Amino acid sequence: MRLIAPIAKRVARLALVLTCVALVSYGLMMASPIDPVDAYLGPQMAQVSPEQRALIAQRWGFDESVAVQFGHWLRQLVSGDLGWSHVYNQPVSEVIAQRFQRSIALLGSAWLISALVGFSLGVVAGAKEGSKLDNIISTYAFITASTPAFWLAILAVLLFSVTLGWTPTCCAGPAGALNQEVTLATRLHHLLLPVATLALLGIASITLHTRTRMLELMRSDVATHAFAQGASRLDVAWRHGLRHASVPAITLAFASLGELFGGSILIEQVFAYPGLGQATVAAGLRSDVPLLLGIALFTALFVSVGNMIADSLYGVIDPRIKASGL
Amino acid sequence: MLTIDQLSLQLPLYASWWKRDWATCLDEFSLTVFPGEVHAVVGASGAGKSLLAYAIMGLLPTPARLNGQLYYQGKPLNASRQRQLRGRELALIPQSLSALDPLVRTQRQVTWAAQRAGQPSAHAWHASQQALDHYQLDARAQQAYAHELSGGMARRVLTAMAHVSQAKLVIADEPSVGLDPHQRQRVLDALRELANQGKSVILITHHLRHALPIADRVTIMRDGKLVETAPACAFQDSGASLTNAYSQALWLALPDNAFATTAISRREQEAHVA
Repeated sequence: MRLIAPIAKRVARLALVLTCVALVSYGLMMASPIDPVDAYLGPQMAQVSPEQRALIAQRWGFDESVAVQFGHWLRQLVSGDLGWSHVYNQPVSEVIAQRFQRSIALLGSAWLISALVGFSLGVVAGAKEGSKLDNIISTYAFITASTPAFWLAILAVLLFSVTLGWTPTCCAGPAGALNQEVTLATRLHHLLLPVATLALLGIASITLHTRTRMLELMRSDVATHAFAQGASRLDVAWRHGLRHASVPAITLAFASLGELFGGSILIEQVFAYPGLGQATVAAGLRSDVPLLLGIALFTALFVSVGNMIADSLYGVIDPRIKASGL
Repeated sequence: MLTIDQLSLQLPLYASWWKRDWATCLDEFSLTVFPGEVHAVVGASGAGKSLLAYAIMGLLPTPARLNGQLYYQGKPLNASRQRQLRGRELALIPQSLSALDPLVRTQRQVTWAAQRAGQPSAHAWHASQQALDHYQLDARAQQAYAHELSGGMARRVLTAMAHVSQAKLVIADEPSVGLDPHQRQRVLDALRELANQGKSVILITHHLRHALPIADRVTIMRDGKLVETAPACAFQDSGASLTNAYSQALWLALPDNAFATTAISRREQEAHVA
């Protein structure tokens, strides 16, 4: 029973965030030069008379005030109807669901790899400050931290797909193959390069932050006391370091979900991977307003839930952070 | 047990970014500690007391310049032997309560101390419980985190960590700081008891009066130099048996003695003129 109130508080806060995101993104859409009727008609624009256009606009409720239109949209949103995507000719919710399944394989594995590898590298580098290993890891982290994702992706495609031919150049499966025919191995093969690129970049920031926290710990009273007890550097890093360094690592890992989402848009574009990122670009370029709004809301939900999980995890690791807000 | 012979310590001091000076923190400091005694090292802040503790433990920062010799049980105590004996023969009760890991439960930390002292894992948990029980820390305190403990309890946990290692030489750095008289007495009594078991205790403090009831001998330190080593019983009445003017003045400056501060300043001036 004690858990219900904090969870309710969290959910209410989440709803508030989503409402704000809905309001802002809707306002941006309204302010944008996109004409939904033009976007809907596409190339058939020339074949439609001004009277017919006016009829469509009236049917869609464009003659009403912005507030009323927003109200309509919000009401539909709450009832679960996100609208119709004219780019994919499917309900927006279906497009997002399908695309997200693909993206989560890419995002999830890249996120997991970057978090785990980044954390381990940071702990090792921080525990052995000034050693050769530390120098190598730090240099690597600084270089990748300043590398743009799309550029690295293009280089990776050039090297591994075009020159060496180890990995496919595009898509989530072989061209022309039906979804059901693609085996798991083939899927993984297609995922390999995008995941590696995305993970490689995510590792850097987590490594650097973990390393900094480790350096701080190794000079702290806790470490000196442990050394006085006869502990080795490895012992201190293992027993004290892992706990202390995991707080910033978790913050960063979950805060970077949004960044990873942004990165995946570029990566999916370069690798022509049919995920949510690619759908976002298509929706933006072809003025698919309902899809764009849907994706904005979904991304906000995804990132907020990530932060919520991070908040809850702090209390587990650091007892000084009271789990008051759960 | 421990002999410090003409120990000098210099730490780098950066007056400006291109110039490095060396600040002398310990100056030809000599001291002998016997088994079964509480040896109080008393001095003002900045006298080099804590650095002395770190020098014995071998925990000084790397660019330190150390001269002189340390002997532990008759054999030279060099860096490699310090590394070997730390936690097993030599134990430090640190000054700061932040030496307890805030993310680890009390008993686990004491267990780690036992394991680091070379006890097998199976025994270490049991030993840590015994040590904590010994210092009257109940089950709740044993499962608590550092921020949930009072100052006195945290101090006793640190003492238990030194106790569980079964070290023969325990250095307690300002163990009575920030404690009420009752808690302070408990902590100091615990140290006295360690000495009664045949161990050596170096009690570092700036409270001469707190140290006297439990100390066998007292060394007064000033600016990294040894002023005087005297038996604790020399600190009574007017301190007439103290040979050094500074230690005598320190004794007389205590509120319940003469509360006199003029004596030292006049003598100081004379010393300066001379």
